[in-house]
Amino acid sequence: MVKRHDGRAADEMRPMVAKVGIIPNADGSAMFSFGKTIAIAAVYGPRTLHPQHMQNPATGILRVNYDLLSFSVADRKKPGPSRRSKEISKVTEWALAPVLNLEEFPNTVVDVEIYILQADASTRVAGINAAAMALAHAGLPMKDLVTAVAVGKIDKELIVDVDKEEEDFREGEGATDFPLAKVSTKDEFTLLQLDGKIQPDLIPKALDMATKACEKIYELQKAALKESIGGNK
Amino acid sequence: MENEISEVQETSEAIPETKREIVIPGEIIVSGDDYLPGEGVRREGDNIVASKFGLAEQIGRVVKIISVTGSYVPRRNNVILGRITDVLHNGWLLDIDAASSAFLPVAEVPRYINQHEMSQFLAIGDIVSAKIWSIKGRGIDLAMKGRGLGKVEGGFIFRIQPSRVPRVIGREGSMITLIKEDTGCNITVGQNGWIWIKGESIDQELRARKAIEYIADKVNVGGLTEHMEAWFKDN
Repeated sequence: MVKRHDGRAADEMRPMVAKVGIIPNADGSAMFSFGKTIAIAAVYGPRTLHPQHMQNPATGILRVNYDLLSFSVADRKKPGPSRRSKEISKVTEWALAPVLNLEEFPNTVVDVEIYILQADASTRVAGINAAAMALAHAGLPMKDLVTAVAVGKIDKELIVDVDKEEEDFREGEGATDFPLAKVSTKDEFTLLQLDGKIQPDLIPKALDMATKACEKIYELQKAALKESIGGNK
Repeated sequence: MENEISEVQETSEAIPETKREIVIPGEIIVSGDDYLPGEGVRREGDNIVASKFGLAEQIGRVVKIISVTGSYVPRRNNVILGRITDVLHNGWLLDIDAASSAFLPVAEVPRYINQHEMSQFLAIGDIVSAKIWSIKGRGIDLAMKGRGLGKVEGGFIFRIQPSRVPRVIGREGSMITLIKEDTGCNITVGQNGWIWIKGESIDQELRARKAIEYIADKVNVGGLTEHMEAWFKDN
C-alpha cells in the first residue's frame, strides 16, 4: 500500500465541490474543484461563427479555451495563451465533442471558456468536469455528460486524483500522470493522455480505477445540475 | 402607440397534474415500449433517454423535455424584440440574441418606405418588436405587420432568461395581464427574453420590472399567478 503525503487511500479523491449556474451572463456555467484545484467554465452560444470560412454548414462547432489565471500557481504565470494552454484547449475540445450534438445549429459556434482559479494538479480534468456541466446547463443537445479524473502512478503504485506534490514525486520510478475522461454512463473514453512511464499490464487496472472514481464524480455532477433548478421548489 | 401582446404568447404551461422531473443528459427517464420520444428525448433500446438538461414531462404517451436554461432558440410566429445592427438596400439586419441574425425586409413593414428613407424609419440601434415569419436554412426572416409590432420608443429594455418567458406571460397571458393591471405599464415581452416596459412613472416601471424578475427567478413554483397576487399586496 502506498503512503500518500496527505493520508488518502490509493483510490480516494480529494474533497470535491460542484456548482452550476455561477456566471449570470453566460448561457451555461459551472464550477468544479478537486481539493485546492478550482476550475470554472462558461458556455456561450450557439452563436454565429466568425471568421466565416471556419463555419460548417453541416453542424455547429465547439471551441474550447482553457487557461490558467496568472494567480493560480505559486510563481505568477504570464497571462495569455501558451503552448500548454493551447494543447489542453484542444484535447478538452476533443474530450467533449463526442457527446455534443450541434447539427441543429449549422454555421454556429459554441464557446467554452475554462479558467483555473487555483492549480494543484489535475487542472485539465477539473476543467472538463466543469465544462460538461456548463454545456448541459446551457441546454444544448447532448448524448451524455463527460466525467474526467487523473490517475497517477507514484513509484510502483497506482493512485487516483493526483495533486501537485504527487505529480512532482521523484523517488523510485518517479511519477506518472494519466488524465482520463469518459462518457459518464458508458464505457467509452474520450481523453487519454500519459505523462511519464507505466507498464502495459497496469493500464487496464488504471482504467478500472478511473471508472470507479468517475462514478462518484458523476453523482456529484448530477446532483449539482439538479440542485441548480430545484432549489426554490 | 399600442403595444398589446395578449394574443402573441406561446404558452406551453400545463402546471397541474403533469408530473415533472429534472433530468440531465444521458439519464433514463422511463423504460418500456409504451412511450414515445418527443423533443429533447431519444430512444435507446427499451429506455427513453434524455438528450438535454431540463424538466421531463409526460403528456399521454409522449415524453419531452422543457429547457429551463440556455440561449434562445427561435421558432416561427414568435414575437421578439431586436436591435437594428445594419441597414441594407432591401431591409434591416437585427440582433435578436439568437444563433444567427434576423432580416426584416422593407416589404414587411406596415407602410411604404422609399429606399432613401430607410434609415430615417429605422436606424442602427433602434429597438423593434417583430414577428418571426420564417426560419430558413440560412437566417431568420421577420415581419412587422400586425398589432403591437413596430419600433419601440421611450421606456426601457431589460433581459431575462429566454426559457423563463412562458412563466412571465402565464397561461393565456394571465400573469402579464396581472402585472400590467397592477402597475399600469405597457409591457412587451419578446420570446427571446427582451422585455420592454413603458409606464407613466419610473416607479411603476421599476415595480413592473421587479415583479417580472421575481417571477423569472421562481422556476418550480405551481400556481404562480395566485402567488403573484399576494406579492403585489406585499410590495
